[in-house]
Amino acid sequence: MLRTDCLKEIARLRGDALVVAVYSSAFEWIGISPHPLNFLSVGAMGQASSSALGFAIGLPDRRIIVLDGDGSLLMNLGSLVTIAGVAPANLTHFVCQNGCYEANGEHPIPGQDKISFSGFARSAGYRVVTEFSDLDTLRTELPGFMQAPGPSFATLHVRAGQKPELDYSLVHGPEARRQFQASLAATLDSRS
Amino acid sequence: MSTETGAATLLDGGAIIRVMLQAALDTIVALPDITTSAGLLWPLSRQPDVNLVRICKEDEGVSICAALALCRKRSALLMQQTGLFDSLNAVRGIAVEYKLPVCMFVGLLGKEPGVPPSQNKKYSVRTVLPVLDAMEVPTLSIEENSDIAKILEAVDRAYAESRPLVVLFGRRVKP
Repeated sequence: MLRTDCLKEIARLRGDALVVAVYSSAFEWIGISPHPLNFLSVGAMGQASSSALGFAIGLPDRRIIVLDGDGSLLMNLGSLVTIAGVAPANLTHFVCQNGCYEANGEHPIPGQDKISFSGFARSAGYRVVTEFSDLDTLRTELPGFMQAPGPSFATLHVRAGQKPELDYSLVHGPEARRQFQASLAATLDSRS
Repeated sequence: MSTETGAATLLDGGAIIRVMLQAALDTIVALPDITTSAGLLWPLSRQPDVNLVRICKEDEGVSICAALALCRKRSALLMQQTGLFDSLNAVRGIAVEYKLPVCMFVGLLGKEPGVPPSQNKKYSVRTVLPVLDAMEVPTLSIEENSDIAKILEAVDRAYAESRPLVVLFGRRVKP
């Protein structure tokens, strides 16, 4: 599956979810699903899942979606256990598995052809775990998966399409952070 | 009786928890640390009005606390200085560069009671403050029970100015 095709399917179903995205997925995501509650400033590689958990605790009434990378998640595998322990029903965790550090020269991840991220998530104790390798199945099963109470986890076996331009100021820069914080503040004000 | 465990030299965990709750730090993200385990983490784990999140690695806590701050919820990350050292990239990227109020409560394993951290024999204690100073992270050292009240103002300032804070516990904390 092309990663962009997967992201388009997720975007179709995101509703008002807050989405945490990293690296290549993040750059593609902001083109596919521009939204004031896209959180792209995870600050340190591997931290997307932990940021998402913080948002899931802080915003229990809102769906939190994390678009993780395989290399990123390998840096924070313990977060799977932490998330499963807290068990936030509003957290949906995708990992785009392409087997390489795409943004850093496409070197293979360790154990590229052996590891199972869904296996990790299942063993950690996520409530719902699945994986998708073809787009037709994804289209059919994604609505049910995304509506299920979490924490839920799906591995997306993807290949990169046309490489996005990696302008990191778009995700880490002060303006990107200011816009997200202002949007989240407005969301919180509207609830109070 | 050693000076490390002598009751007169232990920090008052009840007083610290009262100040933490006064500062509205009602989500505690933690890994166990022997300096604060009996006096802080165990009692906090039994507080009905505290949400305790047990984590696997300290840098997770930096991200969790930062996201909670963005949601206008206050929290504290409890850990040992070894975990702080392990989390420095997250502290650098998320707390310092993004200017977010991540409050870290750090037990100094191996610190000699009554000796300023900078003069301790142990490298793992002696280097904490210089590293945090170099990273421009504000710190508050709790050496005596009379220091505990300072936590409230320090936490309030961290949130008001949206910047991190490290509170260093230089003695064991008693329940």
